[in-house]
Amino acid sequence: MSESIVRALKCRECGQEYPIEPTHVCEFCFGPLEVAYDYHKLEGKFTRELIESRPQTMWRYKELLPIDGEPTVGAQNGFTPLVRAKRLEKVLGVKELYIKNDSVCYPTLSFKDRVVSVALSKAVEFGFTTVACASTGNLAGSVAANAAAAGLESYVFIPHDLEQGKVLGAGIFGTNIIGIKGKYDDVNRLCSEVAGKYGWAFVNVNVRPFYAEGSKSLAYEMMEQLGWKAPKHVVVPMASGSLCTKVDKAIKEFIKLGLIEDAGTAVYGAQATGCSPISKSVKDGTDMIHPVHADTIAKSLAIGNPADGFYANRVINESGGWAEDISDEEVIAAMKLLAETEGIFAETAGGVTLGCAMKMIESGKLPRDESIVLCITGNGLKTQEAVVDAITKPRIINASLKEFDVLAEADGVADA
Amino acid sequence: MSVSVRIPTPLRKLTGGADEVSVEGATVGDVIESLEAAHPGLKERLCDDAGEIRRFVNVYVNDEDVRFLDGRATALKDGDEISIVPAIAGGC
Repeated sequence: MSESIVRALKCRECGQEYPIEPTHVCEFCFGPLEVAYDYHKLEGKFTRELIESRPQTMWRYKELLPIDGEPTVGAQNGFTPLVRAKRLEKVLGVKELYIKNDSVCYPTLSFKDRVVSVALSKAVEFGFTTVACASTGNLAGSVAANAAAAGLESYVFIPHDLEQGKVLGAGIFGTNIIGIKGKYDDVNRLCSEVAGKYGWAFVNVNVRPFYAEGSKSLAYEMMEQLGWKAPKHVVVPMASGSLCTKVDKAIKEFIKLGLIEDAGTAVYGAQATGCSPISKSVKDGTDMIHPVHADTIAKSLAIGNPADGFYANRVINESGGWAEDISDEEVIAAMKLLAETEGIFAETAGGVTLGCAMKMIESGKLPRDESIVLCITGNGLKTQEAVVDAITKPRIINASLKEFDVLAEADGVADA
Repeated sequence: MSVSVRIPTPLRKLTGGADEVSVEGATVGDVIESLEAAHPGLKERLCDDAGEIRRFVNVYVNDEDVRFLDGRATALKDGDEISIVPAIAGGC
């Protein structure tokens, strides 16, 4: 393993640099901190051949993730399929469409397994024994599972009215699960105060700068799987806006390191209309994000006060992308369409991503004749409530061939 | 009006380690001025050059973000609890 290229934590606002510590806010201007790297140290050392020689996990790009040495948590995580969506291409009338399918990310079926393995590996390096998070659901499950496997104590804080699949999908791992009477933004506020009081590694508070970097691995994989190139267009769901900024950062890093050519990739953001502060700011042509009280079935995206909204807005504008939002009904329709055309059962956020992409294809914001990647970040089995009334129910019959024959005839099925 | 202000960890160096301080003020803006008088340096962390609350700083009166109220002009009453919270990420 070559020497770490992590240089410092750097304030995104004033540029002040800090040593690598569990901290997330600039002492001078209160701005958010981000991991900064000395990329020149990798010159000639980080090659396609080296990456391809490694196991198929997110850690094949470990030089660009902010840990020292080898990961101690989540060493198997990541490396999900990139699916060429031929049947969906026909329905949407586009030429080249791919699904980056993190609905099957190991071990908890969402892209959060990427950020959590980085956050918890870093937490172990820092000497923490208890880890915690504020979550809209997927993060809670991922922190609980990865902490269990690493032998760490965990506390996960969620809104009290989350989908059953997400509550169960965290509780099974023996975590301390706390339901807060309020929305995610209330959970978040409480956790920022809890984090200051207890000596825990809060993945999205005091170790957030490290945590957030894990998202880049989704985009590294996407580029390698496309045959070492970036797509012309990439559509990502937005809650805090973090993923949007990290996909952009990952593409720029690969260009800087000579791993891919610059394809001028445009980044597009997707939100549900019931919680669309970032999409609204893009459409209104402003960089001012006005917080909203979230109200949508896409609970994993229901962050009314998005921490990275300003930066997501900037990435979308500078890359030449766009943002869109759709109704809850359109979310459900898109979830069904993705399932019926590609065999992929995405959670509500996946419906948001596909539905917004469809709207942008219709409006001409997304061209039909260039490559498009849709980032699907979570699994539909965790948000069953959203579609339970919209799917076909089984037709109940006795174990009788005659009864089935009647049914088959009604369906117009001929026997052989 | 006397109100209590909860101070987040990154700003406690300026309050001598105190996690909560009591100050006077009729509005959120007044409270920020009172905080600055008692603990110099706090205002520039919370506000930009024009005096507006920075976009990545959230100020709550009781349980409501002041952006949903009247911002800096939000009126206060005795015993109100103010929280200062840096923006933190979750979701995608």
